Amino acid sequence: MSARRPKIDKADYYRGIRMAPYDLVKEIAIATIGVLVVVLILSAVLSSPDVPSATIQAWAKSDPVDFVTTAASELSSQSDVAQYGPPYTSGNGSVQSIGPIEPQVWAGVHVAVNAPLDFVLQPLSQSTVDDETLASALTTFNDASAAQQGKWLTAYNQALGSAKLVDTEVSVPGGDYGPVAVLMSRLLTLARSGGLDALLLTSDHFYQTDYSKPLLFLSDGGYFPGLAQVQDLTGSQWGMMNETGRYPGQAWLWLFTLWYQIPPFNAASNGDLLVVVMMTLLSVGLLLVPFIPGVRDIPRWIPVHKLIWREHYRNVQRGETK
Amino acid sequence: MSEASGAGSGPGPLPSAAGSPGSSSTGSSAVRDKGWTAALRGRLDGRLPLEEVLPTRQPAFVGSWVYVFGVVTIAALVWVLVSGCVLAFMGSAWWHTSNLGHFFNSIHFWSVQMFFIFMVLHLWGQYWGAGWRDGRAKTWMVGVVLFLVSIVTAFTGYLIQQNFDSQWIAVNAKDAINATGLGGFFNVLNFGQMYGIHVMLFPIALTLLVVLHIVQVRSRGVVRPIGDPYAPASGESVSRGAPR
Repeated sequence: MSARRPKIDKADYYRGIRMAPYDLVKEIAIATIGVLVVVLILSAVLSSPDVPSATIQAWAKSDPVDFVTTAASELSSQSDVAQYGPPYTSGNGSVQSIGPIEPQVWAGVHVAVNAPLDFVLQPLSQSTVDDETLASALTTFNDASAAQQGKWLTAYNQALGSAKLVDTEVSVPGGDYGPVAVLMSRLLTLARSGGLDALLLTSDHFYQTDYSKPLLFLSDGGYFPGLAQVQDLTGSQWGMMNETGRYPGQAWLWLFTLWYQIPPFNAASNGDLLVVVMMTLLSVGLLLVPFIPGVRDIPRWIPVHKLIWREHYRNVQRGETK
Repeated sequence: MSEASGAGSGPGPLPSAAGSPGSSSTGSSAVRDKGWTAALRGRLDGRLPLEEVLPTRQPAFVGSWVYVFGVVTIAALVWVLVSGCVLAFMGSAWWHTSNLGHFFNSIHFWSVQMFFIFMVLHLWGQYWGAGWRDGRAKTWMVGVVLFLVSIVTAFTGYLIQQNFDSQWIAVNAKDAINATGLGGFFNVLNFGQMYGIHVMLFPIALTLLVVLHIVQVRSRGVVRPIGDPYAPASGESVSRGAPR
């Protein structure tokens, strides 16, 4: 190890450098006002984006078949969220790992989601007032064995492949669906009324700020990604750094987004984790630039600094720095 | 300290030199003040005298345009914070229902955009000027942390817009965050959690880091140009209160 560096004071450090008058407060004041003027002009002329949020009600009205298909997959625990894994469920459908490194599994379930109960059965059970048909269907379904429920749901999910929209109802060919057809019909009616948007937010508390369940339910359908596709927001459209409309988005995420467009990240089942690891390494690299040989020397090799301090170097050549 | 005049009632002997003409309470007296407070004051006095905080003379090379980006980044941050305070005060849904609210949201939106543009230009300027030289590595590192914290802060801002954009960003971002194991603790689908983080925790962290960064820059001064023939010999560092 080398000995501790000898220390010099600031006057010594700047020896040979011409000192000039400098008004820091004036500079900050001008910069602050200047930026405000530009921001006000941009705000007045270009405004800012605000595409209204998607609702389950709008989903149920504009694409009832997709809604019912999604709801049935939730009830049969076949949806992406139902099989997701931590932090929502104990499954492994969306668990990502690198070899034996499985932080998602290690962290465990912290935002527990029971798809059949949370997205279908619980909201319906809160809507049985004056609806004996629904109450009876719920009782039948809940009292049935898991095997019987599975048979009804398998048959219904297959039938949804040839579902048609009749007026506002989703019609499927006849079959042994038990109470499932009634449950789906009532859930669609509930969703169309806007009631499901509210019921997915309910908990034991009066105040609600956690939108995990309605967002997860929305994300399982095809309606929500379809809206994003129109707005150029999907992953393959560099959506992470895009904004609705023609506004700039999080352009500073360009590098994060880039990895999702190229192999192996865009094809890997653990692509998200690989991208996060890559960006973490690059961020640490940026942090440690002063200590990385080569990277820290590039500014000396490529003389951009000649542009930055061109006046200074010109004065040095003239011998005018002192 | 003034208690040295004899008014003190403590049991210990009073330092006879303290409080006498010509003595200083900042640590230069024959008998120095002791304790954490005195130590902190002495440290601040030594590292950051007022003439360094608010300089009236700077090296002439500071006239380069590259130094403007740091100042305008802070200027943009000022308007980010001001507009953010107005939006926070009026409530999270105000800007969706009020033209004035939407205008303030636009100010917030464009201030953020400018903040990042200026910050990235500042970062590149410091990279090409190798701003970490002569003992300024910590200044560079705090700047990088600031950049990263700013990205997370902006991200949480996008999550709490309460519109389609925030829904879509939350749903997509969850997978990457869940993959790290943090999704259960930093739940991007939880508006309340993201709102608190965005309007309070991260702005405080960001402001403190900016202050620290400015203190670092002011206490050490700006780095000399690369290849300066008058630069201190290689291996020299600069004592506290001056650039290292």
